[in-house]
Amino acid sequence: MTPWLDIILVLLILTNLHLLGSSRISACIRTVAAQALLLGAVSLLAQRGEVGLRLWLLAIVSTAIKAGVLPWLLRRAAREAGVQTEDEPFVGFTTSLLLGLGLLGAALHVAGRLPLPESDVPGFLLPVALFTVMVGLLVIVGRRKAVMQALGYLAMENGIYAFGLAFAVKEPLLVEMGVLLDVFVAVFVMGIAIHHISREFDHIDADRLSALKD
Amino acid sequence: MSTFASITHVVVALLLAPLLPGVINRVKAWFAGRRGPPLRQAYYDLWKLLQKGAVYSRTTTWLFVAGPVIGLACVVAALLLVPLGGVPALVAFQGDFLLAAYLLGLMRFFTITAALDTGSAFEGMGASREAFFSALTEPAMLLGLAALATQSHSLSLTAMYAAVDWPLMASAAGPALMLVGAALMIVFLAENARIPIDDPNTHLELTMIHEVMVLDHSGPDLAMIEYGSMLKLWVLGSLLVGILAPVRSGSWPVDLAVGVAGLLALAAVVGVIESVIARLRLVRVPQFLVAASVLSILALVLVMR
Repeated sequence: MTPWLDIILVLLILTNLHLLGSSRISACIRTVAAQALLLGAVSLLAQRGEVGLRLWLLAIVSTAIKAGVLPWLLRRAAREAGVQTEDEPFVGFTTSLLLGLGLLGAALHVAGRLPLPESDVPGFLLPVALFTVMVGLLVIVGRRKAVMQALGYLAMENGIYAFGLAFAVKEPLLVEMGVLLDVFVAVFVMGIAIHHISREFDHIDADRLSALKD
Repeated sequence: MSTFASITHVVVALLLAPLLPGVINRVKAWFAGRRGPPLRQAYYDLWKLLQKGAVYSRTTTWLFVAGPVIGLACVVAALLLVPLGGVPALVAFQGDFLLAAYLLGLMRFFTITAALDTGSAFEGMGASREAFFSALTEPAMLLGLAALATQSHSLSLTAMYAAVDWPLMASAAGPALMLVGAALMIVFLAENARIPIDDPNTHLELTMIHEVMVLDHSGPDLAMIEYGSMLKLWVLGSLLVGILAPVRSGSWPVDLAVGVAGLLALAAVVGVIESVIARLRLVRVPQFLVAASVLSILALVLVMR
């Protein structure tokens, strides 16, 4: 079981790096969806012992929402706003990749020093969860297009989910459902907001909103 | 016995290296629906070039003549240091991977000096690009090899590659090794001037890198450069095949056969890549190469944790 978990966690790191390095919005949406699929697999593989019906249900529902519904919403929003690429990010793509490496180091460092309530957390899951959260934050801060910022938000949620997997191994159901509901509503609102912004202003550059006057 | 195996590997490499570009061109022709040149075309080309005389511009100095000679010498020396999968290298000592990497660096340095020596602005442009991109591939290659060194607790290429086998690939180190393989693949494509970094067939001056540097060489000099680049394909290819085909049977003829088959398969893969992928825009190339370094660093982190 462990080699498979390791491979999936490495793939998760790679999806994060791809999110940082890619300028195409459709590719980034696919990346975040793939991340959700991988996390679904992690939630089943990280369990020790019996995988109950409730867990299967949770994994399937959350994966379906995060890998199916939310990407579909964002893809639709991007299409209607007519944006395909992130042209001039605040933080360049090569810089983002290098920053991402720094964040990975920081995540490994922090996870190594974190006092754990349970000692049997799968070794590499915690740093990867922290890394995903940090990458989500970096994308929210470093990108100009609203769709990309929503994607960063989703990546952050993926990280929080992985974090929850590492800790609430026994009862992740309630925590996850609460978080998932929040995210669903948030991305839904973002999708509508992106649509409205692009209809009013012909673009979805979020930084220009600060120049709004009443 | 292992010395005999190494000598056989070197002789096989010197004889079969021109087959690799033949395989690449054959696969590309097949993809384009043509019959393509025969597999032995590179041998004919080398033979033809050796029959010709060299033409030297009046502005060039001894550096221009020295470039191809030193380049070929460097890559042959690197060939002696590199194992092909389980077949040990002829010369192995602690730290030889640095020497191999910098022998290739020396080869590049003299190719660049020879290009600058012609005084042509065009060749200077190619030399500048080559220097820039190789500065980005070098960390990717060295960090990838450093990951292998950490994994095997040895600084010698032969010992590093002898440690890579099927049980290791299936263990916890497998993902890290695959990352090193991916990084070395990008390095392999970049160093050998293949698509998506450089197009070996292009004649558009704005996009050429390697071809533009050797534009003024002719006759035997050009033959040496061509042969040197085929050997470089073999040397960097063996580093890659050693990871991607981790067969360590214990008997060297089997290992050698697997290695050579792996190299030919790698050439076919390069042909497929060149047929289905377009060359990257020049401004995107550095990002691609930095991504290779990122993969190597990630592998190093995974191995060291």
